[in-house]
Amino acid sequence: MTAYTERLAAGPRARGIGSRIAASFLYTLGLPMLLLVVWGLVATRSTSRFFPGPLTIFDAFVQTWVGPAFVEDVLPSLYRLGLGITASIVVGIAAGTVIGLVQWLRELLEPLLEFFRAIPPPVLIPVVMLLLGITDTMKVVVIVSGAIWPILLNTIEGVRATDSVMKETADSFQITWWERLWFLVLPAASPRIMAGVRQGLSVALILMVISEMFASSAGLGYRIAYFQRNYLIAEMWSGILLLGLVGVFLAVVFGLVERRVLRWYHGIREVNRA
Amino acid sequence: MPDRSVLLRVEKLRKVYESATGNVEAIGDVSFTMNAGELVCIVGPSGCGKTTLLKCLAGLLRPTSGVVEMDGSPVTGPSPAMAVVFQEYGRSLYPWLTVRGNVELPLRHKKLSRAERDKLVTDALEAVGLGHAARSHPWQLSGGMQQRVAIARAVAYQPEVLIMDEPFAAVDAQTRADLEDLVRELHRSRGISVLFVTHDIDESVYLGQRVLVLSKSPTWVQEDLVVDLPPERDQITTRALPRFTELRTHVYDQIQRAKRGQAAAPQAAR
Amino acid sequence: MRVPSTRRLRALRKALLGVAGLAGFLVVWQLIPTLGLINSQYLPYVTDVSARLFEESLDLAFWRRLGSTMTSWAIGLTVATIAAVVLGTIVGLVPFLRRATHTMVEFLRPIPSVALIPLAVLMFGIQMQAALVIIIYASFWQVFVQVIYGVADVDAVARDTARSFGLTRREQLTHLVLPTALPYLMTGLRLAAAVALILAITAEMVIGNPGLGRSIELSRSAGDSVGLYAFVVVTGLLGLAVNLVFRFVERRTLSWHQSVRGEEAL
Repeated sequence: MTAYTERLAAGPRARGIGSRIAASFLYTLGLPMLLLVVWGLVATRSTSRFFPGPLTIFDAFVQTWVGPAFVEDVLPSLYRLGLGITASIVVGIAAGTVIGLVQWLRELLEPLLEFFRAIPPPVLIPVVMLLLGITDTMKVVVIVSGAIWPILLNTIEGVRATDSVMKETADSFQITWWERLWFLVLPAASPRIMAGVRQGLSVALILMVISEMFASSAGLGYRIAYFQRNYLIAEMWSGILLLGLVGVFLAVVFGLVERRVLRWYHGIREVNRA
Repeated sequence: MPDRSVLLRVEKLRKVYESATGNVEAIGDVSFTMNAGELVCIVGPSGCGKTTLLKCLAGLLRPTSGVVEMDGSPVTGPSPAMAVVFQEYGRSLYPWLTVRGNVELPLRHKKLSRAERDKLVTDALEAVGLGHAARSHPWQLSGGMQQRVAIARAVAYQPEVLIMDEPFAAVDAQTRADLEDLVRELHRSRGISVLFVTHDIDESVYLGQRVLVLSKSPTWVQEDLVVDLPPERDQITTRALPRFTELRTHVYDQIQRAKRGQAAAPQAAR
Repeated sequence: MRVPSTRRLRALRKALLGVAGLAGFLVVWQLIPTLGLINSQYLPYVTDVSARLFEESLDLAFWRRLGSTMTSWAIGLTVATIAAVVLGTIVGLVPFLRRATHTMVEFLRPIPSVALIPLAVLMFGIQMQAALVIIIYASFWQVFVQVIYGVADVDAVARDTARSFGLTRREQLTHLVLPTALPYLMTGLRLAAAVALILAITAEMVIGNPGLGRSIELSRSAGDSVGLYAFVVVTGLLGLAVNLVFRFVERRTLSWHQSVRGEEAL
């Protein structure tokens, strides 16, 4: 049954390219547009001041974020986010590889790392604030202190779980240490590393917002909280929209990188599925 | 003064695994020699420690006692004189590398010019009939072709001996016949020595110049049989020879005896 | 007398090393303020923090705060899971819906739930409902996405088998679709439980509804660094407990399924 409808949904070949493009366009944007229209209608009828219509929000979006605010609030936030993510990925993978390869180190640190991963990352904000004061460095450190754990632990797990036959192959051909790292250990761990990075990205974004809501007089998170406190409802919504766009942007970039890095992995899964 | 033609010498090899339930003696006492340019098959009942023996020979496992000598010097770890073709081709080839990348990988640390390396890789791939698939990834190929890639990788490494661990156990019968002929062809045309481990009696007789029959675990060499079939072999005529049937029946009987544990150990019970 | 096996020795070694790691960490922590590398006002002594932890554990107010955090966590997780399982099953089973909702899901899912905090505060004020909005939003996607994957992952051969034996749709759902989706659901649940806890505490910190998060924020603003560190440790322990319990449950229900699932789908 499902297989049959799936073929239907994919659109029969005979119907021609034009209608197929139209169909895929409708599938992609149909529901979002429908929801926007419904939202618009409801907003004009209802009296709730917390849900302005999409047009009002769009207006506010242009008013608020296009112009100097972009340079003053958005860019610095994104810069810190980028810095934090990069540092988390580099340090997480490097440390994770070392810990994953050295058994005694892994056994020594495992319970400790489990504990650090379990700490809800936002509670580290006050701690880092206490240690570093309210600075830009502190905000980057906060992002790293939360986003690094999933990357680190997934790298350890991935490096540890390198296939035994693959390792024996490397042994029997006497591959050098660097070759082994670059052609065996890291690629073999890459699916897990990428899973860790994906988790790390969402944690990083959360921490960027919260650290600014908490301790800042600029930035995206601060702005949104400011709008809320001053009952600038449409502006607040536009901020939520912008954060959503940042999230989607991160997800898209990650998706592109992942597809490239893990092409072999998805290829195998497809072959196995067929 | 060692005999120059002896390539591999194994003497009183013994391997004991320590485990939670007590020690397991996988290999009891294995001794044999192999000359340069020979194609020797090792066959034995299932679970007789063939893979363990092979890993000890390849320097991947440290034997509990005994000696493995390659060209007169003891083997203490993996050596460039040997290349291993594993049974699990799916796990031995790296899926993130292309076919070419896989064959090239072990050559990277050999001091070769770019051109020499490329030539070795291309030659090896053509020798196994995969010149056209160099840019594919292993998982895009069939099982038989993947094992060809593994063979090409071993050949390109230019070892003195090719060690093959039940390489065709996981491919279908027709592919298997082709691969057997490929191994004989590589052996003949390139003069590589081959040590071929298998559980298939017909395969061992068809391929080998000599067949070593192993006992059940703890293992020792129950028989060292010279295969006196003509050097020119092919799947139909060779397998139809009366001598082929005699030999395979003989090996079959030996293995049945090995399974029952009837054959006498070379020394008094340990 | 039995000689201890290598495996048991290895387990012992692992346990000892783990304890040594923890102990080493605590010693380093204690030494840093002792040697004056960091002022104890910013990094208090371990001994002070542990004493404080002990004190708090005798205080009923502490347990009440812990209780409110866990209450909003539990309510949020339950609501999110039920909604996600129902919606995920429907969307996953109907290819039309799956295609039509794809863009929406891909847009809504990456929105950081904390972006909704201001909205939640406007709607509900400083109350548990505001926290629940955020908790539910965040944990919903974790389960929803996994359920969709799981429902769509039904093996083609298994489905043909079921149809050739004439199983009704109802029977197919209970005997084929749900068992296939279960491991995915468990993974989703484990991730959602961790996320829900993070947001429960975050919401308390930012919104100010009662709970552990609020205690952390209060300690910070009062300059009570010992209390701050003590509460951070408590949240860590809580997170650890949640992780361990859900990982255990996941493993228990899935002991038969690991091989089928392959790499963890995160």
